[in-house]
This record gives sequence, C-alpha cells and structure tokens, in this order.
Amino acid sequence: MVTRSYMSRREVEQQSFSLAVAIFVPLGAVLLQVLLPREFHGLAILDLPFIVTLFFAISRRSPIAGTVTGAYIGLLQDVLTGQPIGVNGMAKSMIGYAGASLGSRIDVENTKTRALLAFGFSLLQSVLLYLIERRLLGIRAFHLMWLHELLRAAANTAVALPVFLLLDRAKHQE
Amino acid sequence: MDFLRQYKNALFLIAVLLAQAIALAVQVRRPLDAAQPDGPSVRLIRMWAMTTVTPLERVTHAIGHGARYGWSEYIDLRHVRQQNKELQQQLARVRIEEAAIAEDAQQGRRLQAMLGFREHYVGSTVAAEVIGASGSEQSYVLTIDKGSRDGLRPDMAVITQDGVVGKLRDVFPTTSQVLELNDQSSGAGVVLASTRIRAILRGTLTGRVQIGNLTADSRIKPGEPVLTSGGDQVYPRGLPVGVVESIAPDPEHQPYTAIRVKPAVDLDRVEEVLVITGTQAELTPAAQQDLADAAAQHAADLSAERLPGIHDDETPGAANGTAAATPPAANAPAVIPHPLPTLHPDRFTSGSTPPASAMTPGAASSAPSSQGAPSSQQPPPPQAQPQPEATK
Repeated sequence: MVTRSYMSRREVEQQSFSLAVAIFVPLGAVLLQVLLPREFHGLAILDLPFIVTLFFAISRRSPIAGTVTGAYIGLLQDVLTGQPIGVNGMAKSMIGYAGASLGSRIDVENTKTRALLAFGFSLLQSVLLYLIERRLLGIRAFHLMWLHELLRAAANTAVALPVFLLLDRAKHQE
Repeated sequence: MDFLRQYKNALFLIAVLLAQAIALAVQVRRPLDAAQPDGPSVRLIRMWAMTTVTPLERVTHAIGHGARYGWSEYIDLRHVRQQNKELQQQLARVRIEEAAIAEDAQQGRRLQAMLGFREHYVGSTVAAEVIGASGSEQSYVLTIDKGSRDGLRPDMAVITQDGVVGKLRDVFPTTSQVLELNDQSSGAGVVLASTRIRAILRGTLTGRVQIGNLTADSRIKPGEPVLTSGGDQVYPRGLPVGVVESIAPDPEHQPYTAIRVKPAVDLDRVEEVLVITGTQAELTPAAQQDLADAAAQHAADLSAERLPGIHDDETPGAANGTAAATPPAANAPAVIPHPLPTLHPDRFTSGSTPPASAMTPGAASSAPSSQGAPSSQQPPPPQAQPQPEATK
C-alpha cells in the first residue's frame, strides 16, 4: 500500500534554485527597491523584496528555507534604511514561513492563486510591521492606513505576477 | 526527539524571531552618545552593507546622471539666453535688496555684540551628490557620496540652496546616510519667522513635516515662513525650513495643534546637497566682499536716485529721466543696474522738469535755490507748480 503523506508530496514538488539565483535575485530586489524610488518616487509603495521572499517561499515549499530567505532579505532591507535592524527581518521571516507552509498545501502555479497569495500576504506583512513597530518598538505614532495598505497590496500583486513568471524560468525541477 | 522533529519548522521560526527580537531590544535602548545612533556592532553591519551596495549605487547614479547631463547640457538648450538675461536682471535686483538688508544685519550684529550673543554663520561646507535612498515608506534616508574621509561627522546639517534637507545619521569612510526632515525619527528646532514663536519640527509616519508642540494661536497663519532656531545645536540659525501649510487641532494630542509645514526643499527630488562642516562667528571673506560690493552698489543706486543726473540726449534713458549717474564709489562694479522707479514722484524727481526755455522769468513759483548742487550740474528749474489760490 502506497502511503501518501505531506512530506512525500512536498518532496516530489519541491523546487530548487542555483546558488547564484538564491543570492543575487534577493540582492537585486533590495537594490532595485533602493534605487527605483529615487528616480520614480511613486514606486516606494512597491515592496520588491517582499515579492521575491514570497516567490522563493512558495516555490521551495520548505518552511525553514522560507524563514531563512525571509530573514536574509528583510535584514538586508533594514540595513539600508535608518530603521532598527530586525523590523523587516522579523516580518519577512514570518512571510517566508507562512508562504512555504501554504505553498506545500495548495497549487501555487495557478495565476489566480498567486494573485490571491500576493495580495493576502502583502496585507499580512503590513499588519506584522504594524505590530512590530507599535508593540515591540513602542512607536505610538505608527498607524495602519488601510486604504494605503490595500493600494500597496494591489500594486504588489500587479508586479508580482510578471515577476513570478520571470523567476519561474530560474527553477530547477527536482 | 519526536517533538523536535515534528515541530522543527515552527521551532526554527521561533528561534529566528527570538534572535531578531533580542537584536531589536538591544538597538532601541537609548544611545549613550547622541552622535552614534547605533551601537558598534550594528554600525559595523550597516557599514558592510553600505560597502556592498554603494558601488552599484554609484554606477547606476553615474549612468542616470550621464544621460540627464547629456540631455540637459547639450540637447535641451532652448530659451537659455532668455533665461540668462532674466537671471542677470534678477541678480541685479537681489544685490540691491541684499544691500538694504545688510544695513539691518549690521545693526543686528551690533546689538548682538552688546548682548554678548555670538551668531554662527555657515563657515565651511562640503558638496555631495545623492546616490541612493532607503526605498521604504517607513524610512526617509538618503545616501550621499561623501564620508568621514571628507571631514563629515554625524549630526552635521545638510542643506541645499533652497533650505534644510536633514542631518547626517551614519557616516562611513566614503559614504554617509542623511536623515531627512520628514523621517519619523527626525526633529529640528525652528522659529516662525514673523511671530517669532519657537517650536519643534518633526517628521511623520506619512513622510510629512509638522509642528506638534504648540497650542492654538490665532497669529499663526498659513504661508508663514519657518526658519531654524539654532537651539538644537545641529542646524545654524536662520536657515529656511519651509512655510506653514495648514493648521488643525491635533486629535491625538489635545490641546496641541498639528501645524503642517511644506518643506522649502523638495525632499523627493534632492540631487546635490551641501553638508555644513563648520560654523564661525564672522562672515567668510568672500561673503564679506560680496556684502561690501553690494553695499557700494546700493550706495551708487541711492546716489543715482537722489542726485540730479547728467542728461545725455544720446542715451535713450535720458528722454524718460532714467539716465544713470556716475557711481561715487571707486570699487563699484562696472555694470550698474538702472535705479528703481520713484515711488512718489514730486517736482524734484528727475525728468519732471521742463527745459529752461519754457520757463517764464520772474514767475512767482520760481525754482528753489540750488542748494548744495554744483553749478555745472545745476538742474533746470522745476516745473511751475499750480498756485495755491488756483487750487482752491
């Protein structure tokens, strides 16, 4: 009798990336995030590191790998801003973990599913950042502006879909 | 062991989060040294990251700058001559205004000297180019291409020709981070220009700039300029910060008002900045020379306005009474702007007198005696004024 377990399905569908892709794509996303808003200020609403974190998480389907990727990208993002190091690191670690956990249960190759994931996780990240800033750091002036966060989620989703298609080409099927 | 194996993913996440939470707790402790906002280890991490990222930022900045420079300096040169002419006229006007203001400033300095107050002028600056930004809506930080090797230190003020940009936060050997005025962790001591009310200016979460420590005051109106007060020991006194944009009650901090300030500098479009590396009690020699030139120019213009001019029939200005007088100052520049038009013309105003041939000898309203005027430059008798009786 064949046993169909969560682990076996995950192992079958688990995808990996070359070391260069794993290192330089997140680095490139963080760099673009730093450079693009300087030329086009409206693009500050986007969060390219978040999109890359989510892509690697749902593609690898490994919660540990997702956590590490999220922490790596988030901490790199924090270092380049004036914020305390760890704000984005914690938020993106949780996004990576949750994305990988969900990615092993649902079909993440479908475009509609990807759009829903990007939109939902973008809102989740906004809530996580709010909790970290407000509760952990005690910044009382930090407010969650829902309309702005919904716009951010929509913008992230719109950019995430073509970026996911582009990054799909870098996958190594195992 | 089964427990660990079963929950290894969750335990790993908890361990990562815990490590970062501890790191956060260490960082948010109040820094002992205000000039070092981060601890040594955090500063080291930031420096490594900046060292990695900066070369790429420099390359992209150079490419973008080259493209913009090529377009603006070689291709898009329409209306440049017209702009140059307008700017020269504007410069002439500004020089006259500057001299008038300089007199007030001299008086102010004398009073300050009497009170033992020492003014600090911008003594030395370092020009820098902006090569990067934080790229986040939660943090408004710029990266500039100068660092500690150029003499920069944390907490130095950063300005442009329009006003204040912010101050240096982290300074690395070849680059520095500028904390902009609109960052939520930024603050500056300011004074409202006309009402002289002192306040503290802060950045907000949404990237705006506002004053939040003042109660409602009917004297504060939108449009009032906001200047640095010098009280924060970071920004020299009198630098333009912005203008009051709106005044509204602050619902979260009653009874204070939220006075929103529109920054004098477009903080989203900063390309080049000046870092103030030193202040001094006296004006720089160059500034003093400029002031002296402007004062001489002002004196020449006043002379041209007050003294009767030599009429030159060949110059077009002579016809309408705007002939320029010879400047009395020896060191005045060669190019003299035309005197400003007379605000309240009277019978002594240059150009308002008829020629002598039109005058009637022995008339009742004869010209006043030419007191003090040299005979060679004696003006023609003024136009006969209406008799008082005739006006009744």
